[in-house]
Amino acid sequence: MDLNLLSQISPYEWHIPQKGKMRVPGIIYADESLVRDMDLKVYEQVVNVATLPGIVQASFAMPDAHWGYGFPIGGVAAFDPKQGGVVSAGGVGFDISCGVRALYTGLRADDIIPVKERLADLLFARVPAGVGSTGRLHLKPKEMDDMLAGGAQWAVQRGYGTAKDLSRIEEHGCMTGAKPACVSDHAKKRQQDEMGTLGSGNHYLEIQEVVETYHDPLSEQLGVHAGDILVSIHCGSRGLGHQIGTEYLKKMVVAASKYGIALPDRELACAPIDSPLGQEYLGAMRAAINCALANREIVTHLVREAFSEIFPQMALPLLYDVSHNTCKVEEHQIGGRSRRVFVHRKGATRAFGPGHADIPADLQAFGQPVLIGGTMGTASYLLVGTKEGMGLAYGSACHGAGRSMSRHQATRQWKGQRVIQELAAQGILIRSPSARGVAEEAPGAYKDVTAVVDAAEQASLARKVAKMRPLICIKG
Amino acid sequence: MTARGEELLITDIGSEGSSPHKMTNMDGRESSARWEHFPHEADMGIRGMGITKSQAFEQAALALTAVMTDPQQVSPQMEHHFSCEAPDDELLLVDWLNALIYEMACGHMVFGQFEVKITDHYLVGIARGEPVDRMKHEPAVEIKGATYTELSVRHSEENGWVAQCVVDV
Repeated sequence: MDLNLLSQISPYEWHIPQKGKMRVPGIIYADESLVRDMDLKVYEQVVNVATLPGIVQASFAMPDAHWGYGFPIGGVAAFDPKQGGVVSAGGVGFDISCGVRALYTGLRADDIIPVKERLADLLFARVPAGVGSTGRLHLKPKEMDDMLAGGAQWAVQRGYGTAKDLSRIEEHGCMTGAKPACVSDHAKKRQQDEMGTLGSGNHYLEIQEVVETYHDPLSEQLGVHAGDILVSIHCGSRGLGHQIGTEYLKKMVVAASKYGIALPDRELACAPIDSPLGQEYLGAMRAAINCALANREIVTHLVREAFSEIFPQMALPLLYDVSHNTCKVEEHQIGGRSRRVFVHRKGATRAFGPGHADIPADLQAFGQPVLIGGTMGTASYLLVGTKEGMGLAYGSACHGAGRSMSRHQATRQWKGQRVIQELAAQGILIRSPSARGVAEEAPGAYKDVTAVVDAAEQASLARKVAKMRPLICIKG
Repeated sequence: MTARGEELLITDIGSEGSSPHKMTNMDGRESSARWEHFPHEADMGIRGMGITKSQAFEQAALALTAVMTDPQQVSPQMEHHFSCEAPDDELLLVDWLNALIYEMACGHMVFGQFEVKITDHYLVGIARGEPVDRMKHEPAVEIKGATYTELSVRHSEENGWVAQCVVDV
């Protein structure tokens, strides 16, 4: 991105001045190097989002922002229904409520080394991953509706996961306002074989070692120490979310002119929050959030089953579960007063600061855990939200490394088997049904996750707690 | 398979971007029907080209399959029929691709041959393929949906009909 297009406010904050049809300015949080490396499309997309009706304050981009569709991936924007604000299917994306959760194991790296191969094989056998994989749970129509209304709470009632998990999941594991009736039969059918599956692409299940901690005693207080083993799960609402995204995107494109909305890009398809279509989408999107929460809870159950074969009686308590493709109603201090706005986070993580009422009571002092997924060869990070971040981009942070190279460039540069061998030499075991899938997800195809996380911390969006490196990665 | 029903062989599978996958007739003559992928930072761009709009839609479908697996590795064992209607050509392309994506997801299918006939903004299509076999097809990634990003259906003297968009993977 050409820096001349921006005005620099600080080393980590860059503004796109309001002009033309923009209703608010654009704000990018990143260091100079990350901004330079961003595609010009990110600039265009931040500007386009700024033109949408009812947008509040600014159109934001996180340090990992890259070219998405409609919104940039790493985009955050809030809309006020009292000012004609919109909800955008494109602003949430196809993989509704895709997210990351982390589990404590109580194990140390030395405990894992002797059983690493066996554990990798067990996890790969137990957790369905990749194209065409199906779960062992097949829901009847009534069960599907119950799942869409109940989320992870439904999963726990069905014997997947534990009640204790729920306090460590956003929305206590159940998104209110879900309307299963707004989810089409097509979407439900697409989900019927996919409960408890990981998916493919950048989704993963990893066994990670904590290699560094920061800001002690914060990491100690969160129960994370160097040498600890964590489990990390990255997946979303599977076929149901993809189908809801597909269907509502089209409905909103077709209806835009009816609502008098001039779309600068059809992918920004949206409807007024208070319109029937806007309300219908919110009901369906919240049902998809519950689907994602239930899915990650079931996958967690499968992981616990696999661990129990080697480590009987191991609890694997949940550290936290956070989504990064959502639209949620939140109260924020904007212009000196509290306003109820609809915050879209597209490839961006909620990162509420200490004391926020939506954080579990035992984490209130520290801020909400933020889980940043890296690549299978580099690192992932645990951060927490900050008080300052609440005033920057509604308590939001980055969500991952972000790609620096397209999938087809990656397959030209790497072969899957070679990537697997090279990672094995570094002590990282990969299990995947697809060698090409591994090549497309090669660590070199992503930005430097450490640079992204450092920029998020320097910009005060979140504080680093721990860095983890993968020991085992199950890739779809 | 083209709208004209010619038997075609796909050549040069495995590269992308600047080297499109040209179609060659059985007698070795090159057809203008071809497909290619184009870069998108996070996802994948698919592009189909042909003398007719229908051909371009068929080729776009081959490009869609190639996001997941090599279309040449797909046996035409089963036939699925589709019909779509949309207000314009571009929405019709998205509908066609999303109908295929839905059938691939729900029916656990991969398709390697396509026939399309477009009349105004109404499409009837046939896709031939087989159930996905993870050993045979080694599917790289599932496709979530066709997007409106870089979406266009256009005609030019130079390229004939071109149908393209980015798909989310």
